[in-house]
Amino acid sequence: MQSHILSIILFTPLIGALVLLFVPRENKEAVRWIANIFAFGSFVISLPLVPMFWAQRFEVTPTHFKFLEGTPNNWIPSIGASYNLGIDGISFLLIMLTTLLGWISILSSWTAIETRVKEYYLWFLVLQTGMLGVFMALDLFLFFVFWEAMLVPMYLLIGIWGGSRRLYAAIKFFLYTLLGSVLMLLGILFLYFHHHTVTGVFTFSIPELYKTAPLIPFNYAVWLFVAFFIGFAIKVPMFPFHTWLPDAHVEAPTAASVILAGVLLKMGTYGFIRFSLPFFPAVVSHPRVQKWMIGLSIVAIIYGALVSLMQKDMKKLVAYSSVSQMGFCTLGIFALNSMGLTGSVLQQINHGISTGALFLIVGILYERRRTGEISEYGGISNVMPVYATIAMIMFLSSMGLPLLNGFVGEFTILQGVFTANWRWAAWAAPGVVLTAAYLLWLYQRVFFGAVTNPNNEKLHDLTPREVLTFVPLIVMVLWIGLYPKPFFQILEQPVNQIVQALHDNTNVSTAGSNMVNPNIANPSVATPKASD
Amino acid sequence: MLPIVELAIFALGILLIDLMIPREWKWINAVGAFVGVLFAALCVWQIQSTLPPRGLTGFYNSLLVDRFAIYFWYLFLAGAAVAILSSGHYLDVEDEHHGEYYVLILLSVAGMMCMAAGIDIVLIFVGLELMAISTYVLVGFLRRDRRSNEAALKYMLLGAFSSGIFAYGLSLFYGIAGGTNLALIARAVSAQNPHNPVVVIALLTTMTGLLFKIAAIPFHQWAPDAYEGAPTSVTGFISVSVKAASWAMLLRILLYGLWPLRSVYTPVIVVVAIATMTGANFAALTQSNTKRLLAYSSIAHVGYMLLAFVAMGTSQIGSPGFLDGFKGILIYLLVYTFMNLGAFAVITSLRQRNVIGDELDDMAGLYRRAPVEAALMLLFLISLAGIPPAAGFLGKYYIFLSLIESGHYGLASLGVIYSVFGLYYYLRIANAILMREPMETGRLPISLGMRCAVGVTALATIVIGVYPEPFIRGVNWSLGIAQSPHVAAVVK
Repeated sequence: MQSHILSIILFTPLIGALVLLFVPRENKEAVRWIANIFAFGSFVISLPLVPMFWAQRFEVTPTHFKFLEGTPNNWIPSIGASYNLGIDGISFLLIMLTTLLGWISILSSWTAIETRVKEYYLWFLVLQTGMLGVFMALDLFLFFVFWEAMLVPMYLLIGIWGGSRRLYAAIKFFLYTLLGSVLMLLGILFLYFHHHTVTGVFTFSIPELYKTAPLIPFNYAVWLFVAFFIGFAIKVPMFPFHTWLPDAHVEAPTAASVILAGVLLKMGTYGFIRFSLPFFPAVVSHPRVQKWMIGLSIVAIIYGALVSLMQKDMKKLVAYSSVSQMGFCTLGIFALNSMGLTGSVLQQINHGISTGALFLIVGILYERRRTGEISEYGGISNVMPVYATIAMIMFLSSMGLPLLNGFVGEFTILQGVFTANWRWAAWAAPGVVLTAAYLLWLYQRVFFGAVTNPNNEKLHDLTPREVLTFVPLIVMVLWIGLYPKPFFQILEQPVNQIVQALHDNTNVSTAGSNMVNPNIANPSVATPKASD
Repeated sequence: MLPIVELAIFALGILLIDLMIPREWKWINAVGAFVGVLFAALCVWQIQSTLPPRGLTGFYNSLLVDRFAIYFWYLFLAGAAVAILSSGHYLDVEDEHHGEYYVLILLSVAGMMCMAAGIDIVLIFVGLELMAISTYVLVGFLRRDRRSNEAALKYMLLGAFSSGIFAYGLSLFYGIAGGTNLALIARAVSAQNPHNPVVVIALLTTMTGLLFKIAAIPFHQWAPDAYEGAPTSVTGFISVSVKAASWAMLLRILLYGLWPLRSVYTPVIVVVAIATMTGANFAALTQSNTKRLLAYSSIAHVGYMLLAFVAMGTSQIGSPGFLDGFKGILIYLLVYTFMNLGAFAVITSLRQRNVIGDELDDMAGLYRRAPVEAALMLLFLISLAGIPPAAGFLGKYYIFLSLIESGHYGLASLGVIYSVFGLYYYLRIANAILMREPMETGRLPISLGMRCAVGVTALATIVIGVYPEPFIRGVNWSLGIAQSPHVAAVVK
């Protein structure tokens, strides 16, 4: 029997959005309560998934995905697209991160959003469903629908409730990410058609495509890899594609920044792990490609950290720190061993928690003073002690202090990279030091010393609601930092499976390229067949 | 046959009734026209239910009512119905509420039906002229508005010129084949050397006429002016139904009659498609008039559809590239009908006593003045930009799929990159609607008919996007794909 827990988790926020449609817009309190109930509800509903998943974390299933939902061709049989959901350890962790951060960011917007409240929560809940769908979809068509549909609410959140340059930032965000995803669409269509020429079946099923995509001849696979790479690299964002991120982050309202940094960026790395590695094993393990990927990651780490050092605006600083820390995530992925991959996924979770929290922290000051300029602040720990303590924990977690979560992730990544090639690890390691530098310096400038700006003297400390937003994050920081074993266990099976498939398929497609169907090389002469 | 006659009777009936009813009762004309469209749809449905798979021929083999024609007939009727719904209030505001308006819409639909069903160049030409002359008058319907007059004149002069060239090309084919039936022409042409100068000249002149009607660059100059000057309710209608009819005619002639010449015309189409996408997308970037902007956007959409045609022209009949290209064009026209009519309906509703309402600035702050319309306009724009889950994505999906299947990776990449351009200018409208403050306050009065028009088009846009299966089946049916792997009815 199928369990429908994934669908329930997926659509709870959307149902909340539909309910909100019928609430009068003047009644802001009711809108806030309903949105928060649904956001919290979708987090609570996702909690039973934890013991359920834990119980079968080592269970071997034919496709390596669990909680499968949907039957083949139950959505658009004419083109072979179906509503199929399923998760493995990687998507499980990201789903839990999404529901947690979704709830926290909706809770954190209670007083921050005063205009067009109803629309705000409505789009936020729609966004939530879109993000969850990306992590759950086991059908490339469905995946792509969620992947693109999610851009619309994010664009609106930035464009309507953002800062002074919000229109520019919103359009830039939308155009950049769309450019990446349309190229990916062409890649998806090629895989789909290639599957048909090999097997005679039109399908978008991801487990099915896993079987045929590695058979694509190398010279085609390279271009497909590039098409997918641009889509994911813009999302991560990797080094030369990162310019949309600071603009989007600086202009976005706090909660949208949290979601943007916490969840949206993970879609890029998730895409690399879920699609690029299994679809194009020969390309990613080609030494030159791997070198480029590692090189771009290292540049992102160092460059992001250096630029962070120079920022005068807190939001921009945290935004560039995301570029740097996501560089660690991609570095771990392209180490192409299980250690690096595990560390990368764990670091994605860590980054979601820590950077999400950093944006909340910046947002709290911003809400009180309406400015993110570092020079406006100083000595905040005197007026807001609780706030300063929480900020300290999060800053330390973000810079990878041992016993907190960031350390575990970064350490595992560097371990994995070191086993791949010690020089790469040596290049990346200064990033850790630079991270500590820009974060501690920021902390010093904002929190320590005497209160220099008279405007800051009357700032009130955190309200209980604001403290509540940080509690789950601190719990997670300590849990991952002190006892990361459960996370490693959850990741063990999917990561090993990906690495195993990577090695198997690399050998297949280099040794056996002759057995590939000759039609693939020239799809225009492929066997004619009606699509239904 | 019957629906065409029926539409003509209703048109003449409205003309007579219009003389008898007082000014305040002019809405009866609209009701009459709407009922006429419904009756026509009923007739089409009756024909459809008894249609043999190969279709029915009539009028000495000049008319072929097959599934392809039925599909387009439904499309024309849907476009006309929405146009009628969104016209009433607009015409009141313009103080031009005359029965002739609806008469011309019904007559132009009758012409379109002939174009879609005709397999004889004479009948196709008669249908084309019936449609074209009706729309010339519709574009110039606002007698007191200088822009409208100018647009109509331009449209008519250029249209007449292109019809002349088109007729010249057809006459050469008549000379080659010795008959006017497309099947006859196909047989004669396949016996000729495709590079025979007479054949090439005949082909190029015919194509000029066809490309003019679908407004492909370099034959597009009439479109922005006509779209801008025409009454907004008419702009929506000519941008979808006239375009669909012209596509039906193009597909009939190029696929049915001139298929043996595909090696000659496909390269031309490649160039035209690239030029169309490039020119239209760049021109649309800087427009400040929404009607003009959507005019260029509709030209860009023609460019995408031409890409699908390229995929067809370079594939074998019955291969995936051919079939998906064909489906792509038909589905694109379907979703385009709804999303574009919806967008124009929203613009139409902005027209008030003292506001023309077609500048981008008039859109500002629409979310405050008409929240539902603003949200639906966002849906239409998203759909036009081809973003799922709105319907526009489905059309793009098939077009790019057919390009991949026929191996045109470069064209596919160019197409998707231009679709990102497209997003930019649609977002300019969306920004104005949702992110700017209104210049004048007060809720926008929106008539019941307009609400229906916007609601129906929005519903279609979202349903086709989320659950496209029945619509894909409909298209498969219209191409006869379900019966055999080959396109049965349209192409031999």
